[in-house]
Amino acid sequence: MNRVPLFTKEARAISYVSGPLIFIQNVKGVSYGEIVRIILPTGEERTGQVLDISKDIAVTQVYEGTSGIDNKDTRVRFTGEPPKVKVSIEMLGRIFNGVGKPRDGGPEIIEEANLDINGMPINPSARDKPADFIQTGMSTIDGLNTLVRGQKLPIFSGAGLPANKLAAQIARQAKVLGEEEKFAVIFVAMGITYKEASFFMRDFEKTGALERVVFFMNLADDPTIERIATPRCALTAAEFLAYEHDLHVLVILTDMINYCEALREISTAREEVPGRRGYPGYMYTDLASIYERAGRVKGKKGSITQIPILTMPDDDITHPVPDLTGYITEGQIVLSRDLFRRGADPPVDTLPCLSRLMNLGIGPGKTREDHRNVADQLYASYAYGRDLRRLVAIVGEEALTDLDKRYLKFADEFERQFITQGDENRSIERTLEIGWQLFTLLPEEELKRIKREFIQKYHPASKKG
Amino acid sequence: MIIGGISRISGPVVLSEGMRGSRMYDIVKVGEQKLNGEIIRLDGDQAVIQVYEDTSGLQVGEKVTNTGLPLSVELGPGLLSSIYDGIQRPLPLLAEKSGSFISRGVTLPGLSHETKWEFKPQVKKGDHVSGGDVIGTVTEYHLEHRIMIPPFVSATVEDIFSGNFTIDEPVCTLDNSVQIPMLQTWPVRKGRPYQRKMDPDTLLVTGQRVFDTLFPVTKGGTAMIPGGFGTGKTVAEQTLAKWSDTQIVVYIGCGERGNEMTDVLTEFPELLDPRTKRPLIQRTILIANTSNMPVAAREASIYTGITLAEYYRDMGYDVALMADSTSRWGEALREVSGRLEEMPGEEGYPAYLATRLAAFYERAGRVVCLGSDERKGSVTVVGAVSPPGGDFSEPITQNTLRIAGTFWALDTNLAYRRHFPSVNWIKSYSLYLDQIKEWFATSGFSDWKDLRARAMYLLQKEVELQEIVQLVGPDALPESEKAILEITRMIREDFLQQSAYHEVDSFCSLEKQYWMLRVILSFYDRLDLAMGKGVPLAKLLKLPVKTEIGRMKELTDIDKIKDLITQFDGAIGKLEAER
Repeated sequence: MNRVPLFTKEARAISYVSGPLIFIQNVKGVSYGEIVRIILPTGEERTGQVLDISKDIAVTQVYEGTSGIDNKDTRVRFTGEPPKVKVSIEMLGRIFNGVGKPRDGGPEIIEEANLDINGMPINPSARDKPADFIQTGMSTIDGLNTLVRGQKLPIFSGAGLPANKLAAQIARQAKVLGEEEKFAVIFVAMGITYKEASFFMRDFEKTGALERVVFFMNLADDPTIERIATPRCALTAAEFLAYEHDLHVLVILTDMINYCEALREISTAREEVPGRRGYPGYMYTDLASIYERAGRVKGKKGSITQIPILTMPDDDITHPVPDLTGYITEGQIVLSRDLFRRGADPPVDTLPCLSRLMNLGIGPGKTREDHRNVADQLYASYAYGRDLRRLVAIVGEEALTDLDKRYLKFADEFERQFITQGDENRSIERTLEIGWQLFTLLPEEELKRIKREFIQKYHPASKKG
Repeated sequence: MIIGGISRISGPVVLSEGMRGSRMYDIVKVGEQKLNGEIIRLDGDQAVIQVYEDTSGLQVGEKVTNTGLPLSVELGPGLLSSIYDGIQRPLPLLAEKSGSFISRGVTLPGLSHETKWEFKPQVKKGDHVSGGDVIGTVTEYHLEHRIMIPPFVSATVEDIFSGNFTIDEPVCTLDNSVQIPMLQTWPVRKGRPYQRKMDPDTLLVTGQRVFDTLFPVTKGGTAMIPGGFGTGKTVAEQTLAKWSDTQIVVYIGCGERGNEMTDVLTEFPELLDPRTKRPLIQRTILIANTSNMPVAAREASIYTGITLAEYYRDMGYDVALMADSTSRWGEALREVSGRLEEMPGEEGYPAYLATRLAAFYERAGRVVCLGSDERKGSVTVVGAVSPPGGDFSEPITQNTLRIAGTFWALDTNLAYRRHFPSVNWIKSYSLYLDQIKEWFATSGFSDWKDLRARAMYLLQKEVELQEIVQLVGPDALPESEKAILEITRMIREDFLQQSAYHEVDSFCSLEKQYWMLRVILSFYDRLDLAMGKGVPLAKLLKLPVKTEIGRMKELTDIDKIKDLITQFDGAIGKLEAER
């Protein structure tokens, strides 16, 4: 990639246009993945990227779409360079489009570096272990599915569920205990509406965090294909801020389903063999090249934490996009329509939620010694209570044993007190305290997941006695 | 040397012209940056190459050089505690050379060619040796690393040395003037030879109750762990890597998360092998080709891993190989196949998927190694499978089912309620039960198979009873069946659930497993007896000793577990007397 082009190659050689793709004929010296400038007869310039080259044809995808491109007068110029984005600390507080050009009317940034948006994979042996507990102030996350720095934890939502509100609240409240460190938020909008984007903007404005936020916006009416580059530009900026400027960067990506649809569009235009539901077979690898850019690197102070948001079509968690995401990310926060209707706020369905890195961020010195046990017990008891609800629907509550009735009550109270919290910002102590309060609804011998010493130390009953 | 030129580039697949004379699976250097690639199809003058590194920036017309060698790994002392990518490049060295991010075109040897190892000869001048014979040993950590004559060589020792050597220096000269260094190279796609395969008849002790007691796998056997995301495949694989009673563990992170490999890398040096009391990393080789690293190298990674495993097997050791996840390997195969425009089979996978999978799993086994001393070694393969949507009917799960001996089905619903390991006891099975009955008997657990059968019967019965409960409520059941539900709940919660993170419970010795199950089943028998004498079940279940049974897991002293039988016997006896 260090080759400097001695001349630029320009040609009127488009032979075939289909969807977002153009086929360019009779070109020599084109390199795989390089950026192509396309000059329309009107003088408009667009950007494309080479996807496939053989001896006489270069297949190129056009980021801004192919409308208006003809196969007679449109000229193409090969730059010899991979797609790059200009990055700088000055990006904070600015708004960019999907390929990193300012869209807030402000001047171009003065670049500190011009980086390949594809980045390079982190060497697994150079990764540092994520270990810092991030207190998000949300009980369902802090208490049960703890987020740590360098983690990628998506929110699986459904159409109409308040995922944005939850993400904004996390961005607003998140902090690492006992530290006052430099942080930044990178907000990546992919195919969402202006309304959704402005919700976030207003929220950041309200909390005065706007100057710590970089926006990358590819809204619903912006070119679809640009969406392929958007998360990569944003993560390149995130890596720059994290590893060159020692910032702790939180990247919010929304909505991943729109990204995957753009991917499918290109794949279809290239006439590739489709995988499940028409998505390309390499979608797992492609998504991994985005999600795996979260993490911490040895010898660097900064970190990248990702919260991708994705809307599950028809609330189906087995749909390829949430499914492949779940296989790559380190857990997931799942919102449930059922809980939403019952009035839970946020409607986090804790049972399918998971944080794989939880154990690295909790315990003595980080949160509290009883954290793991409390979380396990809450899970087990709530799951049992939920099972009983189904039973009650058939045989009625009278048929239950006394113990089961107490579990049923536990499940209701868990949703009312633990899950629901509205705009409250809860400390981890408060979260655990609510957990222990709920345990008083159950007989003590049912608390099998908790060590006896913790029961003696923290159980409200033994505290009083 | 054959030199051709690139004629087409499509993702990880490159076409090159002027390659006539090349062989399938030859390694080639692609382009000016000399990216590593492998020939996967020959068509007249053209060769199709899968490139192990990112192909951005390559141009049509750039040079392609055939090395004439197949993809091979270096075998010799220094493998243990290493971490490699899919084509045996040591990752820490790569980081030293090119920084925290992996750059392209870097070639590094798998083993250090400078380190000197102390070689102790075991043969003398004039001895006749042939392929597989041990000519001397090197101490690699605590392990006796046996230096063997490469396969297919047969001659008389002319000279043998002792002292410190690098892996390239000859340690032995044969009469046909062949010099034998400690280093061997072996093509990864070809299984290493052995004398003959044996029936697997020894349990692979994993310290996990649901595996060892209910669904055991043998040394030299194969097991598969399919499960949707979040069901604990990786935790299960890592737990097996930690506690399996083999001398060597090869752990392949194939297309999985980078942070998981970091986890292994930071945790294994600290954890001690419960048997040797040595850091676990000293018996482990890691292959890390994470999901964002090139797919072609991911395809190669499982072959690299199993070749290293076979090498230690040939020394006469038991090796456990964990592959997480074989689905990602299958997807790599699918991606390359798609770029080749091959006719797709089921779900876009190539038609030869089943053959490739079977060929990989069949490299597992317990064998009599080459060499005159009839050493026995084994490779056990445990493959994780990640079925899309948790749907077991997909091609990788189904094709693996046909070849794997033990099936550990992970269940999303169990995982949701934090029942870990989330192995579904109804769906899972082991085909090795009869073969290792004998082994259990000689290890002092002669009634293991009966205990297991009873536990399985009760668990099956529970499913039937639950169906009734769903319809009519628990009160409608007779006392005896309520007792079964109580006991199976104990089996599930107090026996099958096992925390991978608990300081005591993460490893459970076979003896402890046996007694835990025995206590629970004896408790059932005693309940049954007492109920026959008219003691109400509710009263029996209120006994404090039941809570004690629930806390068995935390005990380290097996006598205390055995003691529980006397305890509940006494307590129930009292209740009987009261009547």
